[in-house]
Amino acid sequence: MDTAQYLDVFIDESNEHIEVLYKKILDLEKDPNDKSIIEEIFRAAHTLKGMSATMGYNDLATLTHTLENVFDAIRYDRVHVQSNMIDLLVETVDHLNTMVEDIAGGGNGSHDIQEVARKLEMFEKGTANIKEEHVEDSLEAESSNHSNVFTDLDEFELSILNESKERGFQNFEITVELREDCLLKGARVFMVFEVLEKLGEVIKSSPSVNDLEEENFDYTFSVILVSNQPKDEIAKKIQKVSEIDSVTVQHFSVKKYRESREIEDQIQTMQKDNATVSNNIEDKSKEPDSAKSNQNKTIRVNIEKLDVLMNLFEELIIDRGSLEQISADLQNSDLMETVERMARVSSDLQNIILTMRMVPIDTVFSRFPRMVRKLARDLDKQVDIEIIGADTELDRTVIDEIGDPIVHLLRNAIDHGVETPEERLQKGKPEKGTIKLKAYHSGNHVFIEIADDGAGINKEKVLNKALNNGLLTEQDIEALSEQQIYQLIMESGFSTADKISDISGRGVGLDVVKNTIESLGGSISIDSILGKGSVFSIQLPLTLTIISALLVELNKEKFAIPLSSIIETAIISKGQILSAHHKKVIDFRGKVVPLVNLKDVFQVPDTATDEEYTSIVIVKKGEKMAALVVDSFIGQQEIVLKSLGSYLSNTFAISGATILGDGQVALIIDSNAIIK
Amino acid sequence: MSNETATEKKVIVFQLKDEEFAVSVQQIGSIERIQTITRVPNTADFVKGVINLRGVVTPIIDLRSRLGIEATDFNESTRIIIVNLDEIDVGLIVDAANDVIDIPIDSIEPAPEVIGAVNDDYIEGVAKLENRLLILLDLKKVLTNEEITDLKYVEGQ
Repeated sequence: MDTAQYLDVFIDESNEHIEVLYKKILDLEKDPNDKSIIEEIFRAAHTLKGMSATMGYNDLATLTHTLENVFDAIRYDRVHVQSNMIDLLVETVDHLNTMVEDIAGGGNGSHDIQEVARKLEMFEKGTANIKEEHVEDSLEAESSNHSNVFTDLDEFELSILNESKERGFQNFEITVELREDCLLKGARVFMVFEVLEKLGEVIKSSPSVNDLEEENFDYTFSVILVSNQPKDEIAKKIQKVSEIDSVTVQHFSVKKYRESREIEDQIQTMQKDNATVSNNIEDKSKEPDSAKSNQNKTIRVNIEKLDVLMNLFEELIIDRGSLEQISADLQNSDLMETVERMARVSSDLQNIILTMRMVPIDTVFSRFPRMVRKLARDLDKQVDIEIIGADTELDRTVIDEIGDPIVHLLRNAIDHGVETPEERLQKGKPEKGTIKLKAYHSGNHVFIEIADDGAGINKEKVLNKALNNGLLTEQDIEALSEQQIYQLIMESGFSTADKISDISGRGVGLDVVKNTIESLGGSISIDSILGKGSVFSIQLPLTLTIISALLVELNKEKFAIPLSSIIETAIISKGQILSAHHKKVIDFRGKVVPLVNLKDVFQVPDTATDEEYTSIVIVKKGEKMAALVVDSFIGQQEIVLKSLGSYLSNTFAISGATILGDGQVALIIDSNAIIK
Repeated sequence: MSNETATEKKVIVFQLKDEEFAVSVQQIGSIERIQTITRVPNTADFVKGVINLRGVVTPIIDLRSRLGIEATDFNESTRIIIVNLDEIDVGLIVDAANDVIDIPIDSIEPAPEVIGAVNDDYIEGVAKLENRLLILLDLKKVLTNEEITDLKYVEGQ
């Protein structure tokens, strides 16, 4: 069958399932008894297995099958979750991930899974035996997969086997080997059956009972027995029959039987070249029934299409602006009404398009628990990560870029922030450090905070290092605020860790983090209390292309100030303007805020004579504020952010341009550059 | 045929003051009438600002001032030549766009030491045609980004 057309879907979905596996396995570690988690893992593994078998990736199918077995065992309380098991499970999913990546990269997904599969089987088996309450004498490790003796159980037989558990019975697969010098095979078989009949109920034998009676078999035969007797008791009793060479008794799992049939069937149909994805579809359509299914129906859309849609919509926004202008000029009430309605519809449309491009930050966050776990172990530290607000949504373009910076900050927190368990105990902190990763919306921004309860930042150390590295001079130190000192660690060529580790501390990194975030139109700030921990907070714009802005006028020239940086607008009288250090300042709610005349900044000819009142826009950058003096406010408007082009890329205090309703270009003021 | 195309070069001829200049048509996107230009502060003098060119914000350079020719008022014949060069889209203000002509490659001579008022740095060559003299501009050099934006910081606190 030509599976190529399903490959993309397969890879996408596999990645999703692997993501679920990772996440749920870590959840399981926290709460090993939560059956719903186990169910979910089981389901993900099961679906993955079905898909990969259909697609013909046998290694992937086999390993997921083994994984599924383990969870089946857990599900039915045959095995208990232990912490060393989690490591193995994560490792298993790592293998799955590698295989899927291989397939995505054009490979055939083959991978050496023997080792990990064997370990998994040992878990499934090993603990299963302990659960039996009887210590297993036999040292001979039996394979956990039932031998494939029985391949033709019918539904009736299966249902009996299924029910046995509910009645407190267990299913055994018993293989008896007669001695080669056994003369009366039929009689021995009869005797064995007599013993078995006393122990429980024989459901099926292989070869069939008739063949056994007529001695149409070599020396071994197998039966499936439903019994309430312990395993070794059964073996012992059968052994009492003479002329028997060996008896093996193992559990027979209907579930596994069904699954191995399923896989085989799937592979067979595959090979017959007439399999279709219907298997797969069936498989999936079954899932929502069993799942509690709070998932909405979704379709996958190529991100490029969304980008095109966004671009078209931007054009529409510009045209909407000019329509608004025209209708205002014409004063035709019908036209105005229509335009107004159109404006409403288009702003709804805008919301939808924007939210369509929004992706929950969980797509980035979900891989962190695993990473933190591994890092902490590599560094012999104990770290818990707590994620808050994983459902916070961000524009796709921002999501794509933000992963690496956060990884860096997390590594930094684990490596430099959280102390070793001994140190922590000495300081009277809990052995285990906690990193809080928190995302939330506020206004037009998304905030992401990475807080650790580690050592905090040593200001002295930072200053010394900065002095040594020539980042600043003795004189500069006086003027630095605490915030500014912390910011130093994000300058390039700075690293305070005494020891350089693989994880961080090469002196590159934090500056890259800062640059990436700033290139996204965001900012990063650091807060820290020595000995208590540090908080890195990142502020990011929700979206990058359409923003709300305040249009202002400077002597007939129009400029746009993004609303996100505006605190408020005000009109102040001459008397309120004060002077400090030869600079004009105002008192804004008890804070001294410098007055910046935009006309000076942008060399606008100043025609206005001394007026009694001045219009100001208070803007902020982090904690800092400035009051921008403008001639007049025009109003708030949604604007489409456009670049000035590569020719004018580095213009001071201008972050871009937008096209207004009348077709004119207005520049967008970058108030961050003005507040320095 | 191919020989012919190789020996000729299609150029757009435009006027600056009393001299005729030429640039290869391959570098030209379009020719526009003068329209409202939004000034961009803190840029070099010859950067007139930006225009809305069918939804694309395009920077505009006054070619007179870029080449050191004294400024003049815009009039009916003033044109903006939109140039596309290595990812850069820029409009050049010229006094008038006269012609599109084919000039024989062998009529192009290297720039003489001094040609009129224009610094020879920006000149690729000179084409002599009957009674016309066309100065071929080296657009790459004209558009080199040096000193376009001049940085300036304002103190805040």
